[in-house]
Amino acid sequence: MILHELIDYSTLKIIWWVLLGILLIGFAVTDGFDMGVGTLLPFVAETDIERRVVINTIGPTWEGNQVWFILGGGAIFAAWPPLYAISFSGFYLAMFIVLAAMILRPVSFKYRSKRPDPSWRTAWDWALFIGSFVPALVFGVAVGNVLIGVPFKLDLDLRMTYEGSFFGLFSPFSLLCGLLSVSMLVMHGAVWLVMRASGEIAMRARRYGTVAALLGIVLFALGGYLVSSGYVEGYRITSEIDPNMQANPLAKQAVIEGGAWMANYAADPILWAVPGLGFLGLLGTLLLLQTRMEMLIFVFSKWAVVGIIATVGITMFPFILPSSVQPGASLTVWDASSTHRTLFNMLVATVIFLPLILVYTAWVYKVLWGKVDEESIERDNHTAY
Amino acid sequence: MELNVVDLSRLQFAMTALYHFLFVPLTIGLSVLLATMETVYVMTGREIWKRMVKFWGTLFGINFVLGVATGLTMEFQFGMNWAYFSQYVGDVFGAPLAIEGLMAFFLEATFVGLFFFGWDRLSKRQHLAATWAVALGTNFSALWILIANGWMQNPVGSMFNPDTMRMEVTSFFEVLFNPVAQAKFVHTVSAGYVTAAMFMLGVSAWYMLHGRHIAIAKRSMAIASAFGFASALSVVVLGDESGYEANLNQKMKLATMEAMWETEAAPASFNIVAWPDMEKRENLFAIEVPYVMGLIATRSLTDVIPGIKELVDRSKDRIRQGAIAWEALQEIRANPETVSDDVRETFRQNENSLGYAYLLLPFTDNPMEATTEQVEQAAWSTVPNVFPMFYAFRIMVACGFFFILITSVFFYYSSSGKLDQLRTNRRWLLHVAVWSIPLPWIACEMGWFVAEYGRQPWIIESMLPTSVAHSSLTVTEVLLTLAGFVALYSTLLVVEVALMIKYIRIGPDDGEPAEGQPPEISRPVAGAAPVPAE
Repeated sequence: MILHELIDYSTLKIIWWVLLGILLIGFAVTDGFDMGVGTLLPFVAETDIERRVVINTIGPTWEGNQVWFILGGGAIFAAWPPLYAISFSGFYLAMFIVLAAMILRPVSFKYRSKRPDPSWRTAWDWALFIGSFVPALVFGVAVGNVLIGVPFKLDLDLRMTYEGSFFGLFSPFSLLCGLLSVSMLVMHGAVWLVMRASGEIAMRARRYGTVAALLGIVLFALGGYLVSSGYVEGYRITSEIDPNMQANPLAKQAVIEGGAWMANYAADPILWAVPGLGFLGLLGTLLLLQTRMEMLIFVFSKWAVVGIIATVGITMFPFILPSSVQPGASLTVWDASSTHRTLFNMLVATVIFLPLILVYTAWVYKVLWGKVDEESIERDNHTAY
Repeated sequence: MELNVVDLSRLQFAMTALYHFLFVPLTIGLSVLLATMETVYVMTGREIWKRMVKFWGTLFGINFVLGVATGLTMEFQFGMNWAYFSQYVGDVFGAPLAIEGLMAFFLEATFVGLFFFGWDRLSKRQHLAATWAVALGTNFSALWILIANGWMQNPVGSMFNPDTMRMEVTSFFEVLFNPVAQAKFVHTVSAGYVTAAMFMLGVSAWYMLHGRHIAIAKRSMAIASAFGFASALSVVVLGDESGYEANLNQKMKLATMEAMWETEAAPASFNIVAWPDMEKRENLFAIEVPYVMGLIATRSLTDVIPGIKELVDRSKDRIRQGAIAWEALQEIRANPETVSDDVRETFRQNENSLGYAYLLLPFTDNPMEATTEQVEQAAWSTVPNVFPMFYAFRIMVACGFFFILITSVFFYYSSSGKLDQLRTNRRWLLHVAVWSIPLPWIACEMGWFVAEYGRQPWIIESMLPTSVAHSSLTVTEVLLTLAGFVALYSTLLVVEVALMIKYIRIGPDDGEPAEGQPPEISRPVAGAAPVPAE
């Protein structure tokens, strides 16, 4: 079979870079508001019935949203095996913390309403908070570390040794990224609550959302400044690299250089539109949160998430996981992917299934749409969480 | 014994997978049973079937979330603890995992929300479609993960590439239609159906014994026994198919399952009971049935099944051959551009045994210089511990035949309309059904053990040993996460079982009095204050 020759290897690599971006953004946009809502739960809702309103705005759909995360893991494994291997084993303890926290989420949703006992319910509320806040923070910290570079080495057999430690993950810049991630998702979740809840809860959500959007603007700008000023150094490939090459991260040379992360913007100024989109989304959300245009706020909030995450990808391209101790072993789009055949097969599967997923997900949201309030919880007491 | 990263990572993987597999079989089976019951509801319009779906659906939900929660770990653990494995086989192994997400997880996770929350928002038929989508999703998920697992047992459709230092797909089609994967899929899914059927049967029997919810219990029994009987037959037949496939490509697994140390004249006899001794490399005693083993494993009277000792001898040759491939590979890796074609040719001729050279790495740094003793040690490392293999397999098989027996008995009573008799004359049968509830879980876990422990020392059969597939981690790190997972999972398991028992005690909504029964409201149970049913 030479069907896969229909598309160039190098083109497929780019397509998969874009698809992975779409998956991660899909995760952040959909499960992002679930995490924001979970983080806000103890603060925007005080009584049990209020908390049930908040939980039920996401209750029926959060599970599908979480699949973006699982699929992200699977797709990275399939498209960039070394990235999957190095990042998850390198960030081992951080990854464990994320998993442990995320494991609490499904259980909290399902089990909270199974017993009337207030201490039981409060315990699950906090479990839900941990399951939302912790991953939001750690994902941001992880992205910060990827921008800085990760201390891994590859030997001739492509066996990786990791030279960092868990506490080494927390630098001022990576914490800034973690806070940015939390602000962004809290804002997104707050906007969701404005749209899906009402009354006191929506009022409080507006206030938290406003603060989060403001913080988001400040942190995104500060992060951008740190990268562009060269405080956070970038990476640059210094040898020839053939975009059609077989995967082999050791075949090139690269250096660490202040300002190298700005090279793509210098070469293609139109790329400034991407961080611009992030700012526009944040700013629009901030302003619109003071109005009644609920659906429109959500649109801006979504674009903020898209813009911020895409900025990271564009800034680093073609790098996907730079090595701070052996820059030549950094993983890039060109030298760390699966084979031509696998990328093609996976593309076929994606082209078939992704549109289907989008269609039925949209249908399910449509069926379940509508404001959730105390009356609707009372009415559906037996089916609601 | 000194703790090392490989053993601890294996322990953690086994622990998390076995926990995950406590919830998955019930999800797989119950989803199909729910869809079946709801189909009956939509076709007949009888409310009682809807109440059944809602009741069993509540139990399904309590179980489902833990399957989802523990499944999260599974998706990332390959990278976390088995980084070299992930790099070495990701080109082949990653695709089924990703497709599982695309095809299965989205389907089940999206529609499960509608299953619980859509009763009043959807038409009957739309809701039924949502329920079937959940059932389809869970079953697809089993398909793709077993395609991935089947490839670990029988790595078809792929080749090692020395320039990228990994296994690469040569035919995705072969990976998909791997006979081992297909047999495993039907075997595992049927095991899930049996699990759900036995669960439903046992819970219904408990209601019958307590004189509660009789109308629902009888209908549930009827559907569970028919479904369970068919599935129990299928699980045994496909288990046999798996054994046959194992004889084709995992002869060592088969030999250890049977504690067959020596090669016997065909057709080999079957050990019903034995006491295998790893030190002495023999069975201290054994009760044998002539011919049976040969017939099952080879389906012939003349094919010989090699015993453990012969297989170890064969491994020695492959280890020597693998060492040649290993040495050539070192040269290719050091000078990929300039290495001579002769070296590449040497590699190509011996590459099938490369994995066997890795077996020497725990004993020597240079496989080419391995002593006879080291080769002997490495060859014997291909034998998994025989005792647990032998008994895990027998426990599983015994359970399988027991399931056929008990489901057929209940199927007889339900199809001849005699279920009511059980309440008066044959109460012991109901007790048996209740006490059998844990058995399918035991059988499933044993099956997992035989399949995965029996694959050792390989992570990819004959290609990559587990001992070199791990990540760059410290013992402390893995100990920390292992302790964390054990604590977290055990807590959740306790909560889950407590909730299951609570909701079984509350029981289904009986609706209007039916079939001359007095109206039954849930018996007062401690703590059973009015709470949302879902």
